[in-house]
This record gives sequence, structure tokens and C-alpha cells, in this order.
Amino acid sequence: MTPMRAMVIDDSRAMRMILKRIISKLNFEVVEAGDGQEALDLVKSMAEVPELALIDWNMPNMNGLEFVTHVRADPRLREMTLVMVTTESEQGQIVRALAAGAHEYVIKPFTEGAMIEKLALLGLVPTGADS
Amino acid sequence: MSLSQTEFSFVAQLVRREASIVLAPGKEYLVEARLIPVARAVGAANVNEFLADLQRRPDPANQRRVIDALTTNETSWFRDREPFAALSDVVLPELVKSRSTLRKVRVWSAASSSGQEAYSLAITMQEKLPPGWSYDIMGTDISTVMVKRAETAEYTQVEVNRGLPAAQLVQYFERAGAHWRITPGLRRNVSFRLMNLTTPLPAMQPFDVIFLRNVLIYFDVATKRTVLRNVAKLLRPDGWLFLGAAETTIGIDDSYERVAAGRTSAYRVRTGAPAGAVRKG
Repeated sequence: MTPMRAMVIDDSRAMRMILKRIISKLNFEVVEAGDGQEALDLVKSMAEVPELALIDWNMPNMNGLEFVTHVRADPRLREMTLVMVTTESEQGQIVRALAAGAHEYVIKPFTEGAMIEKLALLGLVPTGADS
Repeated sequence: MSLSQTEFSFVAQLVRREASIVLAPGKEYLVEARLIPVARAVGAANVNEFLADLQRRPDPANQRRVIDALTTNETSWFRDREPFAALSDVVLPELVKSRSTLRKVRVWSAASSSGQEAYSLAITMQEKLPPGWSYDIMGTDISTVMVKRAETAEYTQVEVNRGLPAAQLVQYFERAGAHWRITPGLRRNVSFRLMNLTTPLPAMQPFDVIFLRNVLIYFDVATKRTVLRNVAKLLRPDGWLFLGAAETTIGIDDSYERVAAGRTSAYRVRTGAPAGAVRKG
């Protein structure tokens, strides 16, 4: 099965490692970025757009919400599935992220199973992978 | 300190007698892990002391605590998804046709644990039933702790991450301090009560849909048969029963037939099922 591509965008190297470890097991090739601007530059330079981005909210240079807004404004990046992965847990923030174009929202801390279930909801993991 | 064979047998017999659940040898670690908080809560030094005391003086409240601790399981929202998809895409469209006069759907989440299945069913009803329709969801569980827990309708951050789409989190929950609580609008359609599925069930209005998922796996064949017979009496003749993916009625109770429902299977009471197996609702 051809691997899918995912971006992990977080200013914490430890969190990038955790996310990378989880989704690598789900047949994703992973590229990393430490903030929204770096991720945006990277994705624009890539020949093939990643299917998935896991995005922290609070990062230097460009935050996750701004990254989502930029991606949604670029027709070439239309197919990317955007998942916020953040400690921001207020209801209003979740609403803002979804309104900006995020497809899903995972609140830290999360379990590996919870992340897989979210990706299954988005059709990125075969049904039953979470059971 | 680990459990002795005698202690494990004592717990296994208690749980078998009171909840009809079979604890096979090899579950000693699970039993001990689940009973540590119980022992602490009642002031015992450890599980061994707690069990020794319970054997000497069979205190019903402490027996209940043991049963509660061993019959509760972690669960997630829209667990396994396919039964909920089948409910939305196959079952509800059919019920909307057949209940067009009554305009009401009754659903039972049997073994509702901490309530995620019952509230997931309520969200499904809320989103898929046409305007002007109403629904009742009843959740039942053998654990008093779980019934109370489900009634509070409050979930931790970790729990709401489990399989719940973010759009539904913000629509059907509100913040309650560090937790999330189901909105009153959804909660008023859902009720919970204590029920042991292996004993004769109380008289109730029959249900259009019953979710009896991941329950039968805990029982031996004779108990499975009893549960299925009890449940059949509360399923409308044209109702739908959903079991867990690893469960079936086949070879246990022939009054049901398995039918395709979307990408999964459901069970319906066979036309002309043996007298007494079903009761018209």
C-alpha cells in the first residue's frame, strides 16, 4: 500500500516525536515543521501535497490557526486534512478552528487510541483500526 | 501482594452469582487492579485484607463495590461507528416510514456503562430524525456507580477525545470546569436505570432499537440465551437489535435472524418465532 504523507507541525520536538511515532505506524510518511511559517513554506515547496497535517495552536512566527487559514485560502492545498492538536480547550477556540477550516480537533493530552479514532473519523485510517 | 487462588475464586463466585459474569483464571491481575481503589476506599490495608473481611462478613455494600469495580469498562463515543452508520442510514429511514403516525422512536442502550453509547445514540437521533419527531433513550447498567456516573453526563478531556467529532463536541457539550457536560437539551431525552439483564426484566414499553453491544461476550451460553430471551420481549416485532462485532445470536437463540444493515449486521425477531419468545409491543 502506497504510504500517505503527513506533516507534524509543533514547536515542541518531543511532541513531534510522539505524533510521528503514532502516525508512522499508520502508514504515513512524516515531515516535520517547528511553526506555521516553516510548515507553509515547506508545503508550498513540495511536489505532492500531504494528505494530513497535525497542527499545534501556539507556535512562534505563525500559529496553527493562521496556518489553517492560509492553507484554506490556497486552492492547491484544498485536499489537505487539517487536525488541530493543542492544549487550547475552550469551546470558543474549537469553534474558531473549525470555522477557519480545521477538520478535527484533538485536545492534549490525548492517548494514541484517541488520535487513531480521530483519524478514522476522517477516513484516513481503515475502520476497525481503533478497536 | 497478589491474589491467592482462594481469593480469586471467592471474587469469581461472587461476580458469577450476582452479575452472571465469568472471570476465567488468568484474570487475577485484572481483579486485583480493579479492587485496589475499592480496598483503599473502605480503609483496608490492601486487597487481601479487604477480601478476607468480606469473606468473614458478607457486607452487601462491599459486595456491590466489588461487582461495580469488575463490571465497568472504558468506552468511546460512537464506538465502532458502523452500528451508528447503520442506524442513521438504514434503520431510522425505515422507522420514519413505519412510525409516521406515532413520530417517536425508543432506543435502549443495554449495559450503558458511563453513558457514551446512550448519548451517542441521542446525538444520532437529534441529527437524523425529521423535525417534529421525538425520541427516548434509556441506558441501563448493572453497576450503580456507572448509572450515577452516566446521569451526571460529565466527561473528562481525555474521554471527549475518544471518537467524538469536534463539531459534535462543541454542539452537544458545554464546559463544566475542567470537564465537559452534555447539554440539557440532549440530556432530557436520555435516562438511566440499574438493571441486571440476566434476571427477569421489569415491564417496560418495548423498544424500536436495542444496542446490546459487547455484553454477551462476558456470559456463558446459558446466560447469553437468557439475556437474548429477556431482550426479545422488549424489542418491537419490527425492531432492530445490534450486538458487538464478536457476538451473535446464531446457535444461541433461533428466534432472531441476522440481517444486513449497511456495512454491518443487525438482528430482528424472526417472523413466526416460537410462541413466548416474543411479545407483541
